Amino acid sequence: MSAGLRTPPTSPGARLLGLGSFRPEQVVTNDDLAERVQTDDAWIRSRVGIAERHIAGPDTSLPDMAVAAGRAALTDAGLDPADLDAVVVATCTMPNPIPNAAAQVADRLGAVGVGAFDVNTACAGFCYGLGLANDMVRAGTARYVLVIGAEKLSDWVDWDDRSTCIIFADAAGAAVVGPASEADIGIGPVSWGSAGDHATTIRILGETTNKLHQEGQTVFRWATGEIAPIALDAIARSGLEPADIDVLIPHQANLRIVEAIAKRLRAKGAREDMVVADDIVTTGNTSSASIPVALDHMRTAGRVRSGDTMLLVGFGAGLSYAGQVVICP
Amino acid sequence: MADNAEILSGLAEIVEEVAGIDTAEVTSEKSFVDDLDIDSLSMVEIAVQAEDKFGAKIPDDQLAELKTVGDAVDFISKHQ
Repeated sequence: MSAGLRTPPTSPGARLLGLGSFRPEQVVTNDDLAERVQTDDAWIRSRVGIAERHIAGPDTSLPDMAVAAGRAALTDAGLDPADLDAVVVATCTMPNPIPNAAAQVADRLGAVGVGAFDVNTACAGFCYGLGLANDMVRAGTARYVLVIGAEKLSDWVDWDDRSTCIIFADAAGAAVVGPASEADIGIGPVSWGSAGDHATTIRILGETTNKLHQEGQTVFRWATGEIAPIALDAIARSGLEPADIDVLIPHQANLRIVEAIAKRLRAKGAREDMVVADDIVTTGNTSSASIPVALDHMRTAGRVRSGDTMLLVGFGAGLSYAGQVVICP
Repeated sequence: MADNAEILSGLAEIVEEVAGIDTAEVTSEKSFVDDLDIDSLSMVEIAVQAEDKFGAKIPDDQLAELKTVGDAVDFISKHQ
């Protein structure tokens, strides 16, 4: 008679140990785009809230950006690459379906031979990856996991389509996740889901131009209406109230969506002095990278402090969404 | 079920919150785009909030047809 299979020792919870980000140097301003696609700075700022975005040149690949962000997060956590047990890269803009990004990123970082995989839930990717890392650490599958959101959207944008080229940009952001004791659990349960009936609203048209297409108004409506309830669910799953949230970091899709989500959370009890991420203004929409990049920038700027209770919520193509409450390392 | 006067005043509050336009300006004959200078994304935000408030579904293709405040009041009244 079998006694059942052995399982690894589990951990009461997990927490963020370090953060890092990378943004390419080249800046594209609204004026740079205005002539090419017949728009202007005021229109772009009023519709999406973006003043400038950063674009990686041909010599900077998506894995290059992921490695830079990952290395910064490891340094911030005070860990060596050899301490990692797994590398998760959230991305939807690798140049080809295979190879994935995570294996080469892990190898280049010096986390040789670890479990490594990509997650494609587009702009929700970082929160999905963080949810997986949290569960891997809690279950004992891994002790330290590096989660990276990395995107090179400039490769997939139609630079003659003014409804999308003004929005998207390139960057990578990363976080190291490790075990926590009961007293310092720093990652709450993920609230995630999908709306596959809207699958065609954000897509890359492989059969024709291979460029990103977005039904902007439909997505805007979905995001302004459906994301706040998911955020509230994430708060409830962590055993908190909206008033407990110090910092709100929604995916930086569009500043008006960010503001609409903040407004709806405040109507449900979130504080007026809750800090709301607006990194999109100078970074653009970087899909899965936007949340960790915003978090890292806000911490560097002193807008977010160690110990702050932060609500992350990602949403985008799929459609997919995920959110969780985390404590700032 | 809200009557038309209640829908108008509720809608005016939403328009004020979304677009910063005084409720007194939001009257039946006003055009959202031409008179109140409300853009398409603000119209979506107004529709989302109006759906919550009045329980009326306003699909995107119908939303584009709601030119005046009175059009919106009539639509909500019929579909709440």
